[in-house]
Amino acid sequence: MVINAYGLDFKELNAKIRAVGSDCVVEGCIGQRYIGEGLDGVTLKLYGTPGNTLGGYLNGATIEVFGNAQDEVGDTMNAGRIIVHGNIGDAAGYAMRGGVICVRGNAGYRTGIHMKEYKDKRPVIIIGGYTGSFLGEYQAGGVIIVLGLGGPSPYTGNIVGEFPCTGMHGGKLFLRGRAEGVDFPAQVNVRLAGEEDRAELAGHLEIFAYSFGYPLGWLLDSDYTVVTPNTKRPYKQLYVQN
Amino acid sequence: MPNYILPDFEVERRDDRCIRCRVCERQCANEVHSYDEENDVMLADELKCVGCHRCVALCPTRALKIVKYSGTFRENANWSNQSILEIYKQAESGGVLLSSMGTPNPCPVYFDKILINASQVTNPSIDPLREPMETRVFLGKRPQNIERDETGKLNNNLPPQLELSVPIMFSAMSYGSISYNAHESLARAATELGIYYNTGEGGLHEDFYKYGPNTIVQVASGRFGVHKGYLDVAAAIEIKMGQGAKPGIGGHLPGEKITEDVSRARMIPVGTDAISPAPHHDIYSIEDLRQLVYSLKEATEYKKPVIVKVAAVHNIAAIASGIARSGADIIAIDGFRGGTGAAPTRIRDNVGIPIELALASVDKRLRDEGIRGNVSLVVAGSIRNSADVVKAIALGADACYIGTAALIALGCHLCRTCHLGKCNWGIATQRPDLVKRLNPEIGYKRLVNLVTAWQHEIKELLGGMGINSIEALRGNRLMLRGVGLNEKELEILGIKHAGE
Ligand code: SF4
Ligand code: SF4
Repeated sequence: MVINAYGLDFKELNAKIRAVGSDCVVEGCIGQRYIGEGLDGVTLKLYGTPGNTLGGYLNGATIEVFGNAQDEVGDTMNAGRIIVHGNIGDAAGYAMRGGVICVRGNAGYRTGIHMKEYKDKRPVIIIGGYTGSFLGEYQAGGVIIVLGLGGPSPYTGNIVGEFPCTGMHGGKLFLRGRAEGVDFPAQVNVRLAGEEDRAELAGHLEIFAYSFGYPLGWLLDSDYTVVTPNTKRPYKQLYVQN
Repeated sequence: MPNYILPDFEVERRDDRCIRCRVCERQCANEVHSYDEENDVMLADELKCVGCHRCVALCPTRALKIVKYSGTFRENANWSNQSILEIYKQAESGGVLLSSMGTPNPCPVYFDKILINASQVTNPSIDPLREPMETRVFLGKRPQNIERDETGKLNNNLPPQLELSVPIMFSAMSYGSISYNAHESLARAATELGIYYNTGEGGLHEDFYKYGPNTIVQVASGRFGVHKGYLDVAAAIEIKMGQGAKPGIGGHLPGEKITEDVSRARMIPVGTDAISPAPHHDIYSIEDLRQLVYSLKEATEYKKPVIVKVAAVHNIAAIASGIARSGADIIAIDGFRGGTGAAPTRIRDNVGIPIELALASVDKRLRDEGIRGNVSLVVAGSIRNSADVVKAIALGADACYIGTAALIALGCHLCRTCHLGKCNWGIATQRPDLVKRLNPEIGYKRLVNLVTAWQHEIKELLGGMGINSIEALRGNRLMLRGVGLNEKELEILGIKHAGE
């Protein structure tokens, strides 16, 4: 089923997608928001540029975007896959709890903010390019991987922006390379990936390699930096009972 | 370091009555009471007493009395005992002062300075026992225009509404901050009463999905427990932007309170901190808020109203005007005196404005701008009785949220130590031995009784005014008069002084 999104507002487009209720291709996206919210069990292939909150509350569906996506991709996502062949905007994966967001290009600010995990749900965000500032803010679980394949950000000279991992209190961050010159907060541990980390990483990167046609071995042929919280209590404020 | 802290309370035990049954010892989670076997005497460590009166209520011989500690520092009208003690506490610990429940300070309660009208002679009062009285209200957007199809038939363009049998709902209290049994009591009472309770930001326990038609689910910055099923099961969705007791401050449930069960509702691992930062990091403007409102509407196919809850702060009228244009169906405003499970003392006691003033100015602003019908207004922040409800509605509210009043109905004694997690009344605790003290079977009936009693009182007050429906009271400020209020206060409240 092919839907032409041109000239439809988000309400009409999303109603159409829901009405189809099975796999579909959407052509001519021009910034319509909320595409695919809460969907499970189907595959959407999107052409053009979907708008903000693509795949919010996603519940198991697969969304593939042959173009760029905007802010809040996969907001509060629970399960499923979002694969973006271009770049994405800010706050991708806000509070996502499960599933995978896999982006070939760059990501904006606050990628993976508030990311969580729960039982067998361990969300993964993979960014092929660089990210903006505040990467993984308040990260409470899950895995964020930044590859920086196109080189560092012209704005910061690093593959992540300023203030990564502020408030991180769970989960794991992988950065391709040695993350030299990146300023991390005191509450995280930064080390080079060991054998176990690399085995884990290889598992996560399969979808990226497959989706965008990179050889997995080539992706892994590099140092990786691993960042984890060094305490579960980053904000443990000292309180006194009053 | 020397400890200069004085106890807040004294435990008075009448030895002639005490039978050494040790009930008080077993009942006190703060471990105030102990038994000295050698001397066959009950002892008390008063520094630990929070004044929750559990022991007093359960002592079989009425041997116990908890009284305010009578020792004081040298009297000083400027430096109160409390101010001095707070300095000692901070000097000893270096900690931020943490409190719970609404502020105990003597801040102005405008409800107490507003009086309600009654009919005499010219406009007969109505006897609610004889005549039908409508306390039912609907919350949601009102349609802006009448639409007809080509045959002239009316199109039903009514946006989704919440129907309440009485204009009272239980306000947001998360599972985690209050117990399973407290939640069950609220959920069952809401269902029986035909009103709604609110999950707070802690997700929804799977056992409570069956109360979905009477449940408002909250979405806060931490998005705990938010997923498709949670949104789908609810009658309405509330976006929490702020809370009256701690405007501008986020929530932080410490790892100790994330038990197995609480972790399931919040969908985070056991023992990790649940941090809800103050801002939603995707909302920096009304336009951003609009995005979240529509994101939730899209996710639930426009089937349910979306509420935006904010704290009453200085610019509340302008903020509410923005929210009314954001697509939200209902605005909930939580006033300065509202309760909390934990808040920094300084924030609780110093930030925000009283709900009466906030409500009056919001209602006026929305009317002036012609957008009052865009939204319903729900107010909270210390609604203590049915008269407060009536006054709030006459000031312009569509309904009220009650939180502390509901907990008091469940047995809360307002000891204001909810943040310690050792509530002896089984409410603000996750300790199984304490939780089971609150029997939801009894708890829900007490809540039903409370709201039913208020409903009767509301009907009587309405009847006295010669009004037979809540709808006719809403925004009817002529039914109110102020006493002891200055010109400015009267102007903001939009009411006349008594005698005028
Ligand atoms: S509960 Fe009353 S009677 Fe029993 S030990 Fe305590 S003070 Fe004595
Ligand atoms: S809920 Fe419990 S701890 Fe909190 S004020 Fe009431 S009695 Fe005290």
